[in-house]
Amino acid sequence: MFGLGAYEITLLTTVGIAVTVALSLNLITGFCGQISLGHAAFYGIGAYCAALMTKAGYPFAFAVVSGAVLSTVFGLIVGLASLRVRDDFLAITTMGAGFLFLGVVGQWDFVGGEMGIAGIPDIGLGKTAFMALTLLIAGLTIIYSLYLKRSWLGFVFDAVAADEDTARVLGLNVSRYKLVAFAMGTALAGVAGAFYAHHIRFIDPDSFGFIESISILSMVVIGGIGSVWGVVFAAIVLSLLPQWFQFIDDYKLLVYGGLLFVVMRFSPGGIAEIAQKLWSRFRPEKSSKMEGVQ
Amino acid sequence: MLFVDLLSQGLIQGSIYALIAVGLTLVYGLLRILHVAHAGLFTLGGYFGVLITNQMGSFTLALAVSMVSVGLIGMAIYRLCYQPILNKPPFVALIASIGLFIAMEEIFRIVFGPFGLSFDNPPLQENIAVLAMNFKAAEILMFFGAIFLLGGLAIIAGKSRFGTAWKATVTDPEMAESFGIDTIKVRYVNFFIGSALAAAAGVMVALLNNLVEPTMGSVPSYKALAIIVLGGLGDVRGTLIAALALGVIEAFGTIYLGEYLDRDAIAFAFLILVLMVRPQGLFGKAA
Repeated sequence: MFGLGAYEITLLTTVGIAVTVALSLNLITGFCGQISLGHAAFYGIGAYCAALMTKAGYPFAFAVVSGAVLSTVFGLIVGLASLRVRDDFLAITTMGAGFLFLGVVGQWDFVGGEMGIAGIPDIGLGKTAFMALTLLIAGLTIIYSLYLKRSWLGFVFDAVAADEDTARVLGLNVSRYKLVAFAMGTALAGVAGAFYAHHIRFIDPDSFGFIESISILSMVVIGGIGSVWGVVFAAIVLSLLPQWFQFIDDYKLLVYGGLLFVVMRFSPGGIAEIAQKLWSRFRPEKSSKMEGVQ
Repeated sequence: MLFVDLLSQGLIQGSIYALIAVGLTLVYGLLRILHVAHAGLFTLGGYFGVLITNQMGSFTLALAVSMVSVGLIGMAIYRLCYQPILNKPPFVALIASIGLFIAMEEIFRIVFGPFGLSFDNPPLQENIAVLAMNFKAAEILMFFGAIFLLGGLAIIAGKSRFGTAWKATVTDPEMAESFGIDTIKVRYVNFFIGSALAAAAGVMVALLNNLVEPTMGSVPSYKALAIIVLGGLGDVRGTLIAALALGVIEAFGTIYLGEYLDRDAIAFAFLILVLMVRPQGLFGKAA
């Protein structure tokens, strides 16, 4: 299809999954301001659940849905546990949830232990159709994120992210909306995980560790927390870089870590902020009007 | 005897956690920053310790040089990384710090090689019998070294002019400033002390394992974060108790729960349980 080789198809599938999982964290951290350092755990729950389901002979669609549901269940549990803490405490709690997940899947034999799960069945679509399906899911996630951002719920999330106490005073049930954000974000992460498991067809605890959580967070942060297109752009670039440049793969963590640091130090709004600044430099007359609106 | 064994092993482990976590708590108390890159300084301290001991042949000298130089690097990190972003939302410094830590680990891997370094003639490796139990001399040094260093810190904080200035800055920086306290200097000294303590921990852990490797800071970094949260963020005494408690809980947990959860998971399960009951940490004051 479209003259794509096997290599390009693999790349595009990887990109589709990265975009989906990055936007899923963007819902929680970007839209609702709940920082999570353990997002890879939910991605992993989706992957493990779906892999076990298709290995047991259930159809792929059913496996994806169950992965999403199980992820959401655990997302709600962590969300409930996190309701009492915020900011730095929340970051540490979610990181702890990530380590708990690793501890469980690494230790318990029925989910493969340290060896992980190998031989995840091919879902029989063929690589091209699987890529198209992944990109479709990524596309739907983008559309949904854009829609959500402008919806009433999006504004509520904005309020919670901007100032929890004020949002509460305004009569918003902050706890409920935090849970809603956690549920939506973790459900999407579960879907992405299910696709990841059937794309790579081998999963182990290492694929969902702290570093993976940080890679996902890098996409959100470097793209620009809360910005849809910035996050999509960063997810595409960061998932392609190591594939395109082998030397970057060796120094992938140095590049990720360095980028996180440099972006936070010089432009905490990420690529989105930089793009906006460049844009307003080329359109000075419009930007001055916009400043008044803000 | 198992009980006493586990207890002493837990306390020894806890004393390392304490050395690392106190530095983090000092930074958090003063600047409200979760300084993840602190664990990178711990690793760097370990590298300096091994390299200098192998080069100069003196472990004591290595410990001193490592503490001072890592202390200075800690101050540089404050100046170059944290000071410019102090007024940004809290996640900015947290993420910058994580990025810095990951980059530091990679730099160690590139500079010192991926396989780690060992002492040529590791000192203090002999076993010493105490009350019918065997300890490595390094373990004993570690435990009493931690008590000595943290005790010294407590005396500085409680008795000296700097201690008073430090407490005033933590409580209310603007008020402290108006009383003529140089809060900038307090912050630098704070970073120096915290980083030097982390370096001491790094050197002693290197001695205990007779190995430093690029990733040796990873586990302490997460653990130390859990500890300062348990201790009630910014509370030094709470941090000390939480560090020792976590060491002991892990020691017992790995024996009795090891089949179901690994060491890290036990630590974080404990953390999450505590936060469910006391969101402000074990010893923190209610907000």
